[in-house]
Amino acid sequence: MSGTINIDGKTVPYRDGQTIMDAAIAAGIYIPHLCHKPGFTPHGSCKLCTVKVNGRNCSACTFPAADGQVVINTSDELLQDRRRITQMLFVEGNHFCPSCEKSGNCQLQGVAYHLNMLDNHFPHFYADRRVDASHPDIMIDHNRCIFCNLCVRASREKDRKNVFDIAGRGINKRLIVNSVSGTLKDSAISVDDCAAHICPTGAILIKRSAYRLPIGQRTYDQRQISDVALSGEVEHGQD
Amino acid sequence: MAKIKVATVSLAGCFGCHMSFLDIDERLIALLEVAEFDRSPLTDIEHCGPCDVGLIEGGVCNAENVHVLREFRKNCKTLVAVGACAINGGLPAMRNQFALEECLLEAYRDGIGVENPHIPNDPELPLLLDKVHPIHEIVKVDYFLPGCPPSADVFWTFLSALLAGREPSLPYELVHYD
Repeated sequence: MSGTINIDGKTVPYRDGQTIMDAAIAAGIYIPHLCHKPGFTPHGSCKLCTVKVNGRNCSACTFPAADGQVVINTSDELLQDRRRITQMLFVEGNHFCPSCEKSGNCQLQGVAYHLNMLDNHFPHFYADRRVDASHPDIMIDHNRCIFCNLCVRASREKDRKNVFDIAGRGINKRLIVNSVSGTLKDSAISVDDCAAHICPTGAILIKRSAYRLPIGQRTYDQRQISDVALSGEVEHGQD
Repeated sequence: MAKIKVATVSLAGCFGCHMSFLDIDERLIALLEVAEFDRSPLTDIEHCGPCDVGLIEGGVCNAENVHVLREFRKNCKTLVAVGACAINGGLPAMRNQFALEECLLEAYRDGIGVENPHIPNDPELPLLLDKVHPIHEIVKVDYFLPGCPPSADVFWTFLSALLAGREPSLPYELVHYD
């Protein structure tokens, strides 16, 4: 079964089982997102892909496409909402871009640039979570984690290792490592794993690989995330 | 026509935003045709008088920063947070992960090469706040210029719009946090 939906006035085809996000990406339409990645089970945590479907706000990454849906992806209201959501992510962690080696290649930063976010609006939490630098090749700065769950999904679905999980409730939720000591060095992760490279922010980093690209040549120095995302992403389930 | 009055200050800043402002180079001469400086590290004026624009660099890390910031807010019609520190505390806010006492003891008692170790306690010195804060947590801020520092073109684009009475905005190319 298939049909068409309408995104910002454009008719977009979909196949049965596809979400609005899947259909949009296939049609070359960018819907801002951080926790979504084609080829991985949708997660629905970042809420950046909030679109208006038949008058109601829905997450495009989890909402199934259905024939005749009217989807609004571009409006002042959605821009404001997405900007506020991104500001929440910034104040919840310690996103000091000037000293972060992911700067210029960071999807959180890239989305914020795309949304023309100029300030953080909210009071800062100044999170105080310890760095895990125990592993010889990989490190975690927990204060930059946005709980997108991509490392959890990558470790389970691609690496078949189950290294990561999210534990705790509410503001105390945190990324944990499934090892006896709770540290990365005692886990099954290796530097070649998908989970080691999938982090959209500067939370999971490969050691000794920082600051290789000159300013001006980094991913989002020249191309907006809307462009990068569409050129690099394939449909859900077609890795 | 009276010139636009601009005041500038560095709170818990590194003066890098002021240097980047001066990077507008010869455009500074054009700016001085229409604007004059009130209190600023570039002038000898000690207190901020009534101004059109106040540019604030740096976060707020001690008691004096709070007083100065409030003086600027009281006197400036338009107050601008300039740079990462003013916007989110910046790299100085990385000290928020540590107790203030720990920081002081490390610097003035336990650090390598410290002579006559004691935490400075002269009442003339402003006390540090327990945490570094962005300026919007102390006063209302009208505009934000991100960057560490914002580029000279950010200053120029912003001030040009403001002086022409247009609503300032920054295009994608000028928005950086690093």
